[in-house]
Amino acid sequence: MDDLIVRNISRMIIPFIQLYGIFVVFHGHLSPGGGFPGGAILGASIILYTLAFGSEKGHLKLPHSIAKWLESGAVIWYIILGLFGIFAGHVFLTNKPAGFYMGQAGDIISGGFIPMVTLAIGIKVASTMITLFHTMIEEEEH
Amino acid sequence: MKKLIMFTALGGLLFIMISSYMQMPPMGNVDNPSYNEVAEYYLEEALEDTHSPNAVAVIIMDYRALDTLGEATVLFTSIAAVLTVLVGKDPKPGEEESHHG
Amino acid sequence: MQIQFFLQNINYIGSSCLFVIGLYTVLTHPNLIKKIIGINIMETSVFLFFVSIGFVQGGRAPILQTSGNEAVQYVNPLPSALILTGIVVAVSITVYGLSMIIKIYNAYGTIELDEIMQIRSEEAND
Repeated sequence: MDDLIVRNISRMIIPFIQLYGIFVVFHGHLSPGGGFPGGAILGASIILYTLAFGSEKGHLKLPHSIAKWLESGAVIWYIILGLFGIFAGHVFLTNKPAGFYMGQAGDIISGGFIPMVTLAIGIKVASTMITLFHTMIEEEEH
Repeated sequence: MKKLIMFTALGGLLFIMISSYMQMPPMGNVDNPSYNEVAEYYLEEALEDTHSPNAVAVIIMDYRALDTLGEATVLFTSIAAVLTVLVGKDPKPGEEESHHG
Repeated sequence: MQIQFFLQNINYIGSSCLFVIGLYTVLTHPNLIKKIIGINIMETSVFLFFVSIGFVQGGRAPILQTSGNEAVQYVNPLPSALILTGIVVAVSITVYGLSMIIKIYNAYGTIELDEIMQIRSEEAND
């Protein structure tokens, strides 16, 4: 879409959308939100960029070669975090008895592996949304 | 005629649903059977067990983390399925017969 | 009494209306994308019903208080947590259905179900 107003407004508000998405992901264990909504917001910002600036420039923001590493890596990181519980002598995906740093309730760095898992889920959801949208857009252009 | 049958069937479905709500406990009551000991355990013990105040995040990321791993697997499967369906060559119209087997 | 029943259970009744609207859309429209929209409306109605079960009158969102010790009534966090899974599955189903529709459009040149049936019957008769 080649429209001056859409392009300029998108250029102005996309940083704030991404900042809000990162805020939601990192405060997933403290406030309403979490990995899924935060990842959806992050993905929506890139989708807005693609809609405003075209498929070629949008595809450069997250190429498929990086997206596949992000998606696989997020799931593998999740499973590795779960395996810590087994090595500590408990069941899969154990949080507090496995020896994660618990911290003070209400701080950003607290809650054991919950922030790390939220981060992995956020990256995974954002990457999945962007990749699905780009795949469908490219299919329509052929 | 077709539309009349459709509206009768859907109206009957709506009537059955709403009449079944009369047998349910009223919405928003603390004594509802859904507000059972599981939810109370989560609300009381979440802060001590995980040191994070968001009870919903604690449930999906800690108590039921294996469920969330399955959820991530669903996302992975969906993107694999979509890429399998969309990214690939269409068979040429003349070659269609040989692919049918 | 009847008015009070409707006002008290307005979420349940609204979810039923949404379900019927979605089912009507799925059953009557031959356009495949409108069928997908109908399925999404039905999914939303189920989510609304499920989350409404966990509602508590006068309850607060389940963000636990770290300080202060007055007793606060929270809403039930369990349905909200379970519905997150449902939303992800709904998105996956929608995306897969849309990709299948793209393939159907490439093959038949239309996404109207009755026209696709006509083309298929003509192909079968040849």
